[in-house]
Amino acid sequence: MTLHMPPILTYALRRLVQAIPVVILIMIGTFLLLKLAPGDTVDALVGDMGGADAAFIARLRAEYGLDQPIWVQLWRYMVKLASFDFGWSFVYEQPVATVLMDRVGTTLMLMAASLSIAFTAGIVLGAIAARRAYSATDNLISILGLVFYATPSFFLSLMLMLVFSVKLGWLPVGGIKTIAAFYTGWDHVWDVVRHLIMPTTALSLIYLAFYLRLMRASVMEVADLDYVRTARAKGAREGRLMTHHIMRNALLPVVTLLGLQFSTVLGGSIVVETIFTLPGLGQLAYQSVVQRDMNTLMGIIFLCAIIVVVVNFLTDLLYARLDSRIELA
Amino acid sequence: MTFTMKQAGTMKQAGLALAMTGALSSVAFAAHAEEEVQKGGTAVIHMISEQRILNPGLRASTGVYNITGKIMEPLIDKSYEGYEPVLATEWSGSDDGLTITLKLREGVRWHDGVDFTCDDVAFSAMELWKKLLNYSSALQANLESVDCPDPHTAVFNYSKPMPLELFVAAMPDLGHPVPKHLFEGTDILKNEYNTAPVGTGPFKFVEYERGQYVMAEKNEDYWREGYPYLDRIVWRFIKDKSAAAAALEAGEVQESGFIGVSMADVERFSQDDRFEVGTMGYENNVAHSTVEFNHRNPILADRKVRQAMYHGLDIDYAIKTIMHGYAKPGRGPIPSAGGINYTDDVPIYDYDPELAKQMLDEAGYPVLEDGYRFHLRHRPAPWGEYTQLWAEYYAQAMKEIGIDVEILTNDAPGFLNGVYRDHDFDTANGWHQFRSDPAVSTMVWLRSGQPEGTPWTNQFGWKDEEMDAMIDAAASELDVEKRAAMYHEIQAREMEELPVIFAIEHPFISVTSKKLHNHHNTPRWNSSSWYDLWLEQ
Repeated sequence: MTLHMPPILTYALRRLVQAIPVVILIMIGTFLLLKLAPGDTVDALVGDMGGADAAFIARLRAEYGLDQPIWVQLWRYMVKLASFDFGWSFVYEQPVATVLMDRVGTTLMLMAASLSIAFTAGIVLGAIAARRAYSATDNLISILGLVFYATPSFFLSLMLMLVFSVKLGWLPVGGIKTIAAFYTGWDHVWDVVRHLIMPTTALSLIYLAFYLRLMRASVMEVADLDYVRTARAKGAREGRLMTHHIMRNALLPVVTLLGLQFSTVLGGSIVVETIFTLPGLGQLAYQSVVQRDMNTLMGIIFLCAIIVVVVNFLTDLLYARLDSRIELA
Repeated sequence: MTFTMKQAGTMKQAGLALAMTGALSSVAFAAHAEEEVQKGGTAVIHMISEQRILNPGLRASTGVYNITGKIMEPLIDKSYEGYEPVLATEWSGSDDGLTITLKLREGVRWHDGVDFTCDDVAFSAMELWKKLLNYSSALQANLESVDCPDPHTAVFNYSKPMPLELFVAAMPDLGHPVPKHLFEGTDILKNEYNTAPVGTGPFKFVEYERGQYVMAEKNEDYWREGYPYLDRIVWRFIKDKSAAAAALEAGEVQESGFIGVSMADVERFSQDDRFEVGTMGYENNVAHSTVEFNHRNPILADRKVRQAMYHGLDIDYAIKTIMHGYAKPGRGPIPSAGGINYTDDVPIYDYDPELAKQMLDEAGYPVLEDGYRFHLRHRPAPWGEYTQLWAEYYAQAMKEIGIDVEILTNDAPGFLNGVYRDHDFDTANGWHQFRSDPAVSTMVWLRSGQPEGTPWTNQFGWKDEEMDAMIDAAASELDVEKRAAMYHEIQAREMEELPVIFAIEHPFISVTSKKLHNHHNTPRWNSSSWYDLWLEQ
């Protein structure tokens, strides 16, 4: 009896099988790369402490398993990882899984909000710019997009902070909640939202330019194609033409970029989270590198690899939905 | 077994020296003393680095004290008037230096309600201070036992003489007892109370949100009647110095210590009426910006070369431009805040590039065809903006006298390995903190035979048997004045030999909102308990 699975399940299973060696290679490569960096977590710890004696250093190194050869350390790590045991964070004195779970929510919230804003605003503004190509509106949108794109995220973050926190006093400087205010219910939700406004804006303004530029070019290209001219000749209204004929096809490359950019937004969140002191994966990654917290860093990389694989899979599904010529196989 | 008058007098003298150092701050705080205290409120304090361990009995670090100093108290603290009883009310040493007796405060309870007794002190001394606490394990190496003749008397027994002055000087940093009933029989390094401290201090630990903050609240059962004033203290971790400056300006943070904002912002805040900026409260945390030599390099093993290089450094210029005036020239391994053990009667090296060039010529290092006498690889420590700037100035100044310095930039683990373990450097610079007594801190930079690879110790390949003998003798000398004279000799010899250049002596700098009162009123204020700190509502 042959097992007949729906094409989407076959496709998902195939992608999953393909993803496993990719993730394993990423983890091994990252582990070895991190080991190439001078110093380990004990050095960072001793640096923070302002010094320690040799016996203390040797004891810590033995306790953390850092006195073993690299291959032994790698083997032990990968064996544990196979059962989703991410190990112990010697910096946070907690299981890495707990540290990651504490942080992943903030980052996902930040990324989802930033990407949604950047994507939505990008395609709308891109479409407007394309439909009014070479007009003053187009120039203004394009220039603004480029300015945001060219502005380093730390500078944009600090400027937002200076204007909205220091000068106007409207928004909090950083963190995810007002400490010692003990808000509950909707007050707490509103408090978190207020804390996320500036980091989300900083992150989304940078990525908005990508979508804007790509959408503009894509719409202009599609608008010139024969089938659009035909639709227009058959009397389709401009609004319907835009939403039903042009946008749908123009979105394809933009959706591809969305999937690809998910990983770069994770990178961008390192800077934004560090400046706004948001307790997310980005800030954690930065601190883990500085403190050589190998287990935590490997945990973050693993999580990011999984997120990127999943997002790319979802992007492909969306792609197939947008373009019926593409089949999942 | 008595605390002699002579000892008492000398300690007072040391305290007075500190009081003079803190004179500026006393003037600044005199105005506050007359204002009416307001109780309640939450003080929010900026910290650059997150602390992984919140147990000062396990980790000696100013970052740890900054938080835990309010929750866990030392046996003895330091004020501008001298050493101050906290959990120990009296201390005395035997004539042979083998025994030190402490009277402990009665009626003190841990935050979980259990009485504080000698058992806690004995357990902490033998299991943590002697075995696990950095700096302390060397200091307490000769501690054999701690006896408890009654619940409020602790007798420390040593196999070799321990100067009472050294013991007392070490206690503010290295004398925090932990509750025995929560640590005994556990794996101390993994004990849950290392990150959720239980102490006797004016504030009780509430929560530690990783990556964000630590919160402590008022201890209603505190042994000092009527204290503390504040309801709560929050330490916020903000890594980015510009963001920290914005938080201060927006009023979200009331104090940033240990130069937690950029020097440019320090300058800016000093012009802002809403803030007080200064070095007060850091007299016990003075650090030196250094130039460290790798004596394995035959060029640098030549004393004349090192002396010439010192003549090539314009220290006053560096203080003015890099430290914005918040520093003074170093005079060897003991800073001017070192009290009786400090002297300025030492050889000094005025800025004289022509003399430096002449000395290098005489040492056999003329300028070669490439325009340089020799080339050096330099590792700057990554701590603090001024450390990098000092490295750049050093390279620039050396170029003036014909020495090419290549700067190798690295992060903290890279620096520690490169300098202290792999010795992969010619010169290095960083800062080293003085901790009350030379025997506890800076002497490890000069004493040979330090365990291989130990950071912030003499890993420079420099060995001077005479210096080693002087250091050992001073560490166990019981007579305070004789001991001080020995440290003066050590200081002079160091300045003559220059194994390390202790170029600039600088305390740290704080930016504090004027809404905070009674701040920076002790020489180790950020590490102290803040029982009298209050906030204008």
